[in-house]
This record gives sequence, C-alpha cells and structure tokens, in this order.
Amino acid sequence: MTDLETMPIAQKRATLPMRLRRRRLPASLRRPLAITGLVIVVIWVIVMVAAPLIAHQDPINPSSELLSAPSGAHWFGTDELGRDVFSRVIHASRVSLPLGFLLVVIAVSIGCLVGAVAGFFGGWVDSLLMRLVDIVFAFPAIILAMVVTAVLGPSLQNAVLALALVTWPTYARVVRGLVLSAGRAEYVQSVRLLGASSTRALRKDVAPNVVGPVLVLATLDIGNAILLLAGLSFLGLGAQPPNPEWGAMVSEGTANFQAWWIGTFPGLAMFSVVLAFNFIGDSLRDAIDPRSSWGSGERS
Amino acid sequence: MSLRSEASSAEAVTAGPGPSESRPSWYRRPLPRFVAGRFLASLVILFGITLISFMLTQAVPADPAVAALGQQATPAQLANYREVHGLDDPLVVQYVHYMKNLLHGNLGVSQQTHNSVMADLGSFVPATLELALLAMVMATVIGVGFGILAALYRDRWPDHVLRVVSLSGISVPVFWLALVLLYLFFYVWGLLPGGGRLDPSMTPPPHVTGMYTVDALLHGQWSVFVNALQHVILPSAVLAASSIGLLTRYTRSAVLDVIDQDYVRAARAQGLSERTVVFGYVLRAALPSVITVIGLLFANVLTGAVLVENIFAWPGIGRYGYQAASTLDLPAIMGVSLFVALVYLVVNFVVDLLYGVLDPRIRVT
Repeated sequence: MTDLETMPIAQKRATLPMRLRRRRLPASLRRPLAITGLVIVVIWVIVMVAAPLIAHQDPINPSSELLSAPSGAHWFGTDELGRDVFSRVIHASRVSLPLGFLLVVIAVSIGCLVGAVAGFFGGWVDSLLMRLVDIVFAFPAIILAMVVTAVLGPSLQNAVLALALVTWPTYARVVRGLVLSAGRAEYVQSVRLLGASSTRALRKDVAPNVVGPVLVLATLDIGNAILLLAGLSFLGLGAQPPNPEWGAMVSEGTANFQAWWIGTFPGLAMFSVVLAFNFIGDSLRDAIDPRSSWGSGERS
Repeated sequence: MSLRSEASSAEAVTAGPGPSESRPSWYRRPLPRFVAGRFLASLVILFGITLISFMLTQAVPADPAVAALGQQATPAQLANYREVHGLDDPLVVQYVHYMKNLLHGNLGVSQQTHNSVMADLGSFVPATLELALLAMVMATVIGVGFGILAALYRDRWPDHVLRVVSLSGISVPVFWLALVLLYLFFYVWGLLPGGGRLDPSMTPPPHVTGMYTVDALLHGQWSVFVNALQHVILPSAVLAASSIGLLTRYTRSAVLDVIDQDYVRAARAQGLSERTVVFGYVLRAALPSVITVIGLLFANVLTGAVLVENIFAWPGIGRYGYQAASTLDLPAIMGVSLFVALVYLVVNFVVDLLYGVLDPRIRVT
C-alpha cells in the first residue's frame, strides 16, 4: 500500500498490465456525472428561488379536492387536505436546500475550530479533544439528535442544531490531520524559523492546505445533511405541519398508503437533489484522490 | 482509522524510552500490546459515554419524580420519591450511584413500558439483530461483488453503471425507498406482508435466540420460518441499500490499490486462472481495507434501522429508541445509547483486531 501511494502515477500506469488498458470512452463522455450533477443542482437552485412563479397553487391552505390523483390540474395530485402536491414539493426546496447547506456550514465551523486547535496545540489539548471526538462518534448519532430535538422541542431550527452537534466530529478529525501534516511540512518549519508568527504560519501556509479537502468533504456532505434533516422531519422531529418539507411529506404518504403520489414525488425530489450532490462530490473526490478515481488513467 | 493508529503510535513513543526490562513481558510483543491498547481506549470512550448520557438526562427539563408518579402526586409524595431515589443529592453522588447500578446490570425502569430497561433491551435487540444481520449479509455479498466487478471492468461500461448504482444507493432516502417498495410489493402485488415480524395468526417460535427465522429453523417449524423470512426480507433489503453503495465504492478502490502490483502480474504470468488471481491474490490483499468499512457500515445500518423499523412496525431497538426519545423516557434513552455505543465499540475493536491479524504491518506501527 505504502509504496504504491508514493509512486508517481505515470510509473504506476507503466506497471499496469496490458489487458487492463482497454479502449476507453472519450474524455468528454467520461465526466458526464459531474456535469449532470451540476445541472440538476443549478435547476433546483433556480426552482428554489423562483418557487412562487413555478407553482401557482397555495402550498399550505387546504382546498376541497381531497386525495385526487395526478391530473392536468394537479400534476402531482393533491394530499389528504386537498393541497397541491406539486406546489408543496416545489416550495419544500426552500426549506431543505438552505437548511442542508446551513447544517454543513455549522458542522464545518465547529469541526474546523476543534480540529485546528487540536492539531495546532497538540499534547494534552489534542488528546482531550480527540477523545471527545471518539465519544461523539461512538454515541448513536441519530438517537442523540432525536433526544436533543425532543428536549429543545421539535422544530426545523432545533433539528439543524441537533444534527450539527452530531456531525462536526468528522471535520474535526480531518482538519486535525491536515493541520498536523501541513504543520510538519518543511516550508512551514522554515517560515517559523525565519521568525514568522504562528498566526501568520497558520493563516498563510497551513490554512490553504486545509481549505480544499474540507470544501470537498462539505460538498459531499450537503446531500447527506439533506437526508438526515428529512429523516428527522419524517419522524416528526423537524418541520412541523402545515409547512411543506420533503421528509414530512413522505411521512404523510405513509399515512395515506393508497394515494401513492403523496409520498412518491417529494421522495423523488429529495433523491434527485442528493444524487446530484453526490455526483459532484464523487467527481471532486476523484480529482483529489486520483488513485481510485474513475478514468484516472486518461488524465495522468 | 489512520488517525487512530497514529495516535496510538504517538502514545507508544511517549511511553517509550525506559529500559524494556522494567515493562511486563507482553509489552514487548506487538500483538498483545496492540490488543491491550485498543481495549483501554474503548474503555475510556465507554466511560465518556456514560458521562455524556448522564449529563444529557440532567439537561432534560422533565422532572423524573413527576414523570414517575403522575401529575396528581402531592408535594409530599414527590419529596419522598426524590428522597428515596436520591434526586436531591449532588450530581457527583447521583452519577456514582448511577454507575454503581450500571455495573450491577441495572439500567432502571422504562417509563413507557414499565419494564426494566434491561428486559426491554433483551426483547428488542434480537429483532434488530435479525434485521441488521440479514441486511449486512446482503450488503456484503452484493457490495463486495459489485466492487470487484467495477474494479475489473475499470472505466468500461459495467464500471460506469455500477458507479451510478452505488451513488444511488447512498443517495436514496431510506424511508422513501421503504414506502415505495411497500407500496409495490405489499399494496399493488400483494407478494410480501406489510409490516411486523410475523402474521398475527402465527405463534412465535420458542425463544432461543429471539430471532424468529433462526428459532423457527431450530425447531423445524417450516411455515413459521417462511413467514418470518417474508416479513424480514423487505426491511432488510431497504436497510442494505446504502451499505451496498458504500461497500461497492470501498471494495473497488481497495481492489484497484492492489490489482496493479507486481505480484498480481506475476500470478497472471504464471498462467493462473483469472478466478485464482482475483480471489486468491487480489481479494486477499484488499480484504483488510474492506473489513475496516464494516465498522462504518454498522453506524449506517443503525441510523437506517431507526427509520426502517418505524415504517415496518418492526419491534426493534430503533423503534424503541425513537419512542423513548420522543417521550423523553430517560432510562430507556440511556439504555439504548449505552447499548448501541457498546456494540459500536465492540465492532470497532474486533475490526481493529482483524485488521491487525490480516495486516501484520499495522501492529508494529
């Protein structure tokens, strides 16, 4: 494992058995996932911003058309209170997307702070913080999040807080590792020897090495964050009725089993967003870790 | 994983320079030292978890005395209850008291079921275990298979298809997948039951493991076995979805890490069959990294179990934990958290050990 990691890619490619070097698809066709993901995300952002223009019907107030199947008037049908499901799915994007983003921002901030402090100071500070990280890792995240929302009272804000509380340790570990390895690098040591202050070294030399990987991780996590939030809402601990939210809508779908459209469409919306973010994140990861990437041979 | 081994190596170094004669004999042998170090680290974490869950219960606004006696209790009764259960003692005393009970296997009484939490866990854990085990088996067989396939067909169409499949598995909302599959298999096609562990008309098999499928098999009750299997198959398939996605990705990159190596080429050059090369040489070397992921999968499966058990009315620990959390049933919450953390630590401990056994290099670092 070790010598392969240090081996330059060109050399690795030379060691590749002939039978593995088959004809491959042209480069432009092999990056379609990232582009697909990007397009879907952009579409959703437009939908989010222009939601009232796209979906004219009231997403919250009930009407008299209960549980009607998808039709020309109601593309996605209506739910048990007669609300237009299409309109609710569209408006729900205004909840899930920004909050998923916010959740990741909070988790990244806490994680970066803890990880940077641990990696920079080292010693007992490091041990203490990393044991804390271990403990939060071992604690069943979803149960902790459920308890916290139950204590604070079920609402979207509290769900975000609770999830931030259980998701930051991943970032803390990564940032600590990055700060450690960057801090040990010779050029940082030299700058310190030349008399640069530790803040300067952190800001100018260490930080740039940390930001990139953390951004990739964060992108990967937005999809995950949306899923977790929707999961809590599905359990009734996040969004409260009558506000439209994808997870809560799927939950309404389980209560009206025969009306398949109530739960199916919000789920599909969620699926498409999360998949798009994972497409982008996965391609970004390829760029950072070319060893296991899809299509690395061509780029080397 | 890498950070952990890094931390332990740092500890070994700082503990280092003393004369080796003064150390116990096991210290000089890498494997026992490795085991002991991991074990101690797990104990520390477990202790931290009891501390956190204890503080959590203190942060909860609910008054345990009111919760236990009901709203009609007189102040005198409440005071008496507090006195008896030591609720007015300093927090440190309460914590010591709690730990004492814990070490005697006493987790308190659940407020929702009025059973001891220990007994509740005993009846709910096997149900989740049945579900999770089947899910893990499915995920391992399919995920590892997909991963090998993707690596062997690197950058050709099976690889691309499997990449999308794997990402879909990670991205699909578990509860939505459950709903869709239930709608199709139960409501539309009527192929599988809609929830629960067994048809109401069936009597559960005699209790041995608590897992209905296994118990039914042990007693030769075929009809019960088939019925229980029909009930467990859909929820565990849903549970397996995201693990399949993760395992595919990890297996693929683990296989790619070794497939280019000289010894694999040498094996091919010797004219060994493709099957021998893949299973005997490549997979053997990729196995340690794949096994590491099992610890990760566990957390994954548990999160999914909370959601899946709620949809399928599966009387497992996820549903119990959810009900405990939403009703602020403190003893049950602490019991579930401790149990899950314990399993998590044991799984990771075993994974670490397996890793050390399979890859001797890790022990000496």
